[in-house]
Amino acid sequence: MSLSAHSAPHATRPGTAVVSRLACTLVQPLLSRVVRRIADRHPSLFARLGPHQTTDFLIDPVELPFALHLRPDPQALVFRAVPRDAAPRGGAVIRGRFMLLLELIDSEEDGDAAFFSRDLEVSGDTEAVVRLRNALDDIDGSIAEETAAMFGPPGRAILARLRRAYDAHPKESTAR
Amino acid sequence: MSLAELICPAGTPAALRTAVDAGADAVYCGFQDATNARNFPGLNFTPEELAASVAYAHDKGAKVLLALNTYPPAGKVDLWRQAADTGARLGVDAFIVADMGVADYIARTHPGIRLHLSVQAAASSPEAIRYYCENFGVRRVVLPRILTIPEIRQIRREIPCEIETFIFGNHGLMVEGRCSLTNYLTGQSTNMDGVCSPASDVAYARHEDGSMSSQLAGFTIDCFGPAEKAGYPTICKGRYTAPHRPEGYYAFEEPVSLNLSRLLPELIEAGVHAFKIEGRQRSKSYVRGVVTAFRRAVDDIRAGRPANMADLVALTEGQKQTQGAFETKKWR
Ligand code: SF4
Repeated sequence: MSLSAHSAPHATRPGTAVVSRLACTLVQPLLSRVVRRIADRHPSLFARLGPHQTTDFLIDPVELPFALHLRPDPQALVFRAVPRDAAPRGGAVIRGRFMLLLELIDSEEDGDAAFFSRDLEVSGDTEAVVRLRNALDDIDGSIAEETAAMFGPPGRAILARLRRAYDAHPKESTAR
Repeated sequence: MSLAELICPAGTPAALRTAVDAGADAVYCGFQDATNARNFPGLNFTPEELAASVAYAHDKGAKVLLALNTYPPAGKVDLWRQAADTGARLGVDAFIVADMGVADYIARTHPGIRLHLSVQAAASSPEAIRYYCENFGVRRVVLPRILTIPEIRQIRREIPCEIETFIFGNHGLMVEGRCSLTNYLTGQSTNMDGVCSPASDVAYARHEDGSMSSQLAGFTIDCFGPAEKAGYPTICKGRYTAPHRPEGYYAFEEPVSLNLSRLLPELIEAGVHAFKIEGRQRSKSYVRGVVTAFRRAVDDIRAGRPANMADLVALTEGQKQTQGAFETKKWR
């Protein structure tokens, strides 16, 4: 599935490469913590992923200066920020606005509906995307809130602010 | 007045709990294999998950219906029989079946458990429905989506079982259960393998101009313009060129979902016993939204109030909805 996510990838803009690499370096420690925590708390996720535990997923929040590379292998979990021009080829690509992706992970939004409306774009290995979607959908509770809670009151405040911005302008980028 | 039970979909245990909490009277689900018509990757229940889910539903007064609604290939019935035995052991409230051999096995082996006839059986005449009732003890028929409300009312008078109709969701109705289009392209059978347009055969590509094409087994079946709403990658909803229509057109049907929210009072009056919501492949978000909306509407109607129905168009395929044949036979 390919997403018409209303924004051109940042990597095509002048000066983006430097910003992107810097941002990746800054967020990487947080991402490692977040993914480890999610994997520990929701081990049932991996069974639904089946053979796609070793697939490379590129999660591309269109308004952020980097994409996210996920390989949900319980033996060697990878979740890292990557500049778009250095993203892994192959595997599956999921593209959309950051808050839409977050709402999809938490099943606050319906993935098929976001696909029908063209807010969500998927390409590459469709079966891998379907498995990841179904695995995440079987999780109770909010991964976004669990993640925010890891960073205490500042984390929750940032999430609340992002949600307000998204609710006010659901079709626009929220984190430029 | 009929009971107007709300029959809701669940592709995962979390979706089942969501449906029950949102007011489902019954939830239908399936195992992780070809015994049901939503055999999608990463979807459905293990026996352990079903056991916990049945306990959850029963605890809250809801029923669990197990879909065994595909057709075993000739001589390969063991998987279906084992699934029926497992379901019976776990305490499901009914089996939804399409194949006569599966129906016969359950009727003889688990006579205490209700049998519902799946839409996949495509039984649309009183004669056909009575045949299943008389020979296998079927207690409820899920009607194909090709009948008008007057026709449903007439059938109700001539059959000895309850009627269930779809009221919302995906609308692929190529003579329910008899569609071979996917099989033609992918070699996988909707009715025997339990999957239409298997995800492993689906590919999407975004083009420079912002348009997006969808392919099944290497064949392009649609191309959506940059601002156009999209649909499922099923052949029945594909847009094709032909010598007389070089611009491309929906040869079978358009991407659109069924929504009968405005017809609920008439359906109840016609004697429909249960309303089915399609969408085991959809998310908890869909289940929560659709079940909550129809719960409220059915409760309003039963209390004699005008139904207060939420707008569900954002959840429909192609963001379009229809009342299909329920409204008029002119609908193709
Ligand atoms: S192609 Fe359409 S009608 Fe045929 S099985 Fe698939 S969804 Fe149903």
